[in-house]
Amino acid sequence: MDLYQELILEHAKRPQGAGLREPFAAQAHHVNPTCGDEVTLRVALDDGRVSDVSYDALGCSISVASASMLTDLVTGEAVATTREKYAAVRAMLTSKGADRGDEDVIGDAVALAGVARYPARVKCALLPWMALADALAQTGIDL
Amino acid sequence: MTTTPTALAGAFSDQELARIRADFPILGRTVREDRSLVYLDSGATSQKPYAVLDAERAWYTRLNAAPHRGAHALSEEGTEAYEAARATIARFIGAAADEVVFTKNATESLNLAAYAFSNAPSGGGGGAGHRFLLRPGDEIVVSEMEHHANLIPWQELSRRTGATLKWLPVTDTGRLDLSDLDRIVTERTKVVAIVHASNVLGTINPVATIAARAHAVGALVVLDACQSVPHLPIDVAGLDVDLVAFSGHKMLGPMGIGVLWGRRELLAEMPVFLTGGSMIETVTMERATYAPAPQKFEAGVPNAAQAIGLAAACDYLTDLGMGRVAAHEHALTALLLDGLHARAWTRVVGPDDLQDRGGAVSFVVDGVHAHDVGQILDDHGVAVRVGHHCAWPLHRRFGVAATTRASLAPYNTPEEIATFFAVLDRVPDIFGVTH
Repeated sequence: MDLYQELILEHAKRPQGAGLREPFAAQAHHVNPTCGDEVTLRVALDDGRVSDVSYDALGCSISVASASMLTDLVTGEAVATTREKYAAVRAMLTSKGADRGDEDVIGDAVALAGVARYPARVKCALLPWMALADALAQTGIDL
Repeated sequence: MTTTPTALAGAFSDQELARIRADFPILGRTVREDRSLVYLDSGATSQKPYAVLDAERAWYTRLNAAPHRGAHALSEEGTEAYEAARATIARFIGAAADEVVFTKNATESLNLAAYAFSNAPSGGGGGAGHRFLLRPGDEIVVSEMEHHANLIPWQELSRRTGATLKWLPVTDTGRLDLSDLDRIVTERTKVVAIVHASNVLGTINPVATIAARAHAVGALVVLDACQSVPHLPIDVAGLDVDLVAFSGHKMLGPMGIGVLWGRRELLAEMPVFLTGGSMIETVTMERATYAPAPQKFEAGVPNAAQAIGLAAACDYLTDLGMGRVAAHEHALTALLLDGLHARAWTRVVGPDDLQDRGGAVSFVVDGVHAHDVGQILDDHGVAVRVGHHCAWPLHRRFGVAATTRASLAPYNTPEEIATFFAVLDRVPDIFGVTH
């Protein structure tokens, strides 16, 4: 099965960095209204870097895995790098399957490439990334 | 899980099912890498038989003209066909033709009802409208198991009028809790809007009990019959309610056509909602008077082809026999419930028994999100609904974000239920959930 890559199931079962932590600079709460999936995501910033991403994700394996991968990818990264990873994941997820993703840029999140072929599930995978963009926007950073 | 299809009491025979299924062209297609389609999402929208598709096509190839406008031959024939469709649909639900108002769907029907209350103070509609007057301090009663379509219009009505919104709670077994009925429906209640058969739980509500209390305090009863009219023999006049809403597309009919039924004298009094062409009697620059019901509720050129398609769907269901349809779906519901009960890792959200229960069966799989359950089923060609099914407060009441729902129609087979379970059995392993 193309969609449920082992990496996705692993992240969904053992989400990295799960839980809400302090201190944080901003918090965003996003909901997928078609299924009721929810994610609350916090970002902490330190000297131009995303020093921590913490989250509480209530949802399907795709949205939980995506939040876990996001945390792995972005924590400790400079804002510019975060912007690059966000753009790459977003491009892959909205490519309808044409963009398979670059593992060097987005790491484990390449496992989400198959999601792009299921339009109903794209929102699940994007949910934590939209929350990240929203939280950073509150601090004046546009992704 | 073994099934012995021919032994299913009340179900259509294999031969009957083969004939029925041949009438639905979409059931012959494949999905997701050549899997046979197993369509268990008729609660969202049903599939359509050739009879309905042909009726719609015949409208456009033979009759197309604006009904109730113009005096040329096509307009006359089109008007006659449109009104004949209304009469057929009325007969199907035990109503008089002039008590059937065509709408776009049940959502519009329910909004029409809610806006009648909003519009009562202006006296719109030509009738006295007294029964639709709502003031601050008055009360609107719904239930916790309502579809958003029978909740949000009443929330908005409450906001516009200052009337208070109250609701009947739901028990852990998925039934309406009527123990406080007399305290919730009071002398202040002006309208009780309730679902006949829940689109999530499958529960068929005791309409007579609720209507008796509502009428004792002088309230109107609005019934959301979306999940009952397609599946059970319904006689609206015998239901003791005031307004009934349902959609054509859930009962083998086309999308874009729905019905609001009301008693003649109530519709006469009921204020109008959408205004414009063909709902009038006379018009001056200052004001207008309105046509009698149902025309006063049908502003604009109607969805005539869809109305005719819906009449064809009613004829199709009448030919099958609504008693047989109900018995068939009841037998399949039993298979679904038995199968879920046999799997300790699933939990039914809704009544566990077949008493007063329709063919919407929702459940959760321990440790696996409904989206993931639905995805595995979909990858094997089995179409179910996942999510909150437009009943978010109900899901919150049961402490779940989402459920997986299988829902039935006359064309479903025992073999499809067996396929559904065969695929469902793969779910725990795929997601590494041990039971």
